Amino acid sequence: MKREFLFSGFGGQGLLFSGKVLAYKGLIEDKNVSWLPSYGPEMRGGTASCGVIISDEPVGAPIVLHPDVLVAMNLPSLDRYEPAVKPGGLILVDSSLIGRKVERTDVSVLYVPATRLADENGTSTLANMVLVGRLLAELGEYNEETVDTALQKCVSARHQDLLELNRKMMEIGKNYEE
Amino acid sequence: MTEKVLMKGNEAIAEAAIRAGCRHYFGYPITPQTEIAAYMAKRMPKIGGTFLQAESEIAAINMVYGVSAAGKRVMTSSSSPGISLKGEGLSYLAGADLPAVIVNAQRGGPGLGGIQPSQSDYFQATRGGGHGDYHMIVLAPASVQEMAELTIRGFELADEYRMTAMILADGTTGQMMEPVSFDFEVKEPPAKPWATTGTKMARPHNIVNSLYLVPEELEQGNLDRYARYELIKEKEAKAEMYLTDDAEIVIAAFGIAARVSRNAVDEARANGIKAGLIRPITVWPFPDKAFKSVLPHTKAVLSVELSMGQMIEDVLLAVNGQAPVTLVNRVGGMIPSPEQVYQAIVEAAKKGGN
Repeated sequence: MKREFLFSGFGGQGLLFSGKVLAYKGLIEDKNVSWLPSYGPEMRGGTASCGVIISDEPVGAPIVLHPDVLVAMNLPSLDRYEPAVKPGGLILVDSSLIGRKVERTDVSVLYVPATRLADENGTSTLANMVLVGRLLAELGEYNEETVDTALQKCVSARHQDLLELNRKMMEIGKNYEE
Repeated sequence: MTEKVLMKGNEAIAEAAIRAGCRHYFGYPITPQTEIAAYMAKRMPKIGGTFLQAESEIAAINMVYGVSAAGKRVMTSSSSPGISLKGEGLSYLAGADLPAVIVNAQRGGPGLGGIQPSQSDYFQATRGGGHGDYHMIVLAPASVQEMAELTIRGFELADEYRMTAMILADGTTGQMMEPVSFDFEVKEPPAKPWATTGTKMARPHNIVNSLYLVPEELEQGNLDRYARYELIKEKEAKAEMYLTDDAEIVIAAFGIAARVSRNAVDEARANGIKAGLIRPITVWPFPDKAFKSVLPHTKAVLSVELSMGQMIEDVLLAVNGQAPVTLVNRVGGMIPSPEQVYQAIVEAAKKGGN
């Protein structure tokens, strides 16, 4: 099986980091993975995105053009990438930051007020991890052990104090129900 | 087996260089390869090495010349416009028969161009890059694992043949993260009796130089070098063959273009088209034999590139009129999509190769 993910939003929302946690989890589970950030002019405009591919087979092109899963953390990202999602795919929307609904009817949609939930529980800057928690739960891929190892690999030595908070945010996401 | 870690291609190059025994790195920042310098800046001071941000690309390549002349493994890295600046130094390294590893994480050009990936420095890399008759060994990684492996191989080849090895990467392969394992042997560098290490009053002076004013001597240097190049062409050309055994439509692509092409080949196969991929791992020497081996069943060749058609000239030489060769490309920092390549395969299959 092969799944392509696209995380998109403003620079600073931790999209690259959430993609990395997902990719590391794949690596720990012996999957083939790739992670590709945007680094071009669009980043200078304030939008950051990264594509993650997790696959049983070797990954060919690491570029995600038609994601199975889109995680949108701002309106421009939803506007831009909603049409690109594969039919039957999944869109996660941070509904505390994006006012509109998804227009497509051939995809599943999860509205998660991630920024509000994160804010209420300590820090709004970890809304990304709320979304990753919700995403993994939805896919039936929330494996506590590999999630935990992936987090330990991704949270830098300098920020070890934030490890517990990251964990907590993912759990809030996992347990969130609309 | 050592644990696999998730790393950016650029970081994997830097780590591999350190594992290859490189303790001297000189560079000047430029997107999209700055992670190499950043990694070296962090690591080199901890392992007794030198990281130096030079005042310019030209200064950096001349520092490489100095360290190499002293017999040590040394590396510099840059991206397209910066490599042009290093051109003079590359020629001097060749003229003095000095080993070194040079990384080019290519971006779109010409001029300052852009910062997105490109393969439009293929001519520059495979034909030498600076003035005079010379070549570099040019290695073209297509994955983060290969960024590591080919960097180590680059140091070995550079020492063995006393010439520069270039890692011809691009913005995408440099920026992407993939699992990488550093579980491989590194050969000890060979003895370098020519190095300027001090005579200790026990031997004649070694002189490292690229100035030969007597034409007969300069000619002989060129002839010797080209004799070595023939040996390298014979021994070191490498390509990965993917589903080429019965392929009628053969794609030629290296680096990121090969990754995209692989998807297109898979799709073509799923739709009953006998497509395959030849991925040059060395682009100089070019793997001519890989192409010759598929010619008996090949009806058409597609050269997939992030350039206006540079590698296609080597493909044409290798195919030598035995099959039509068509360019499939995007430029300016754009990457051909798997769909674009797949459509080109379908077109070629329809024409039956003619």
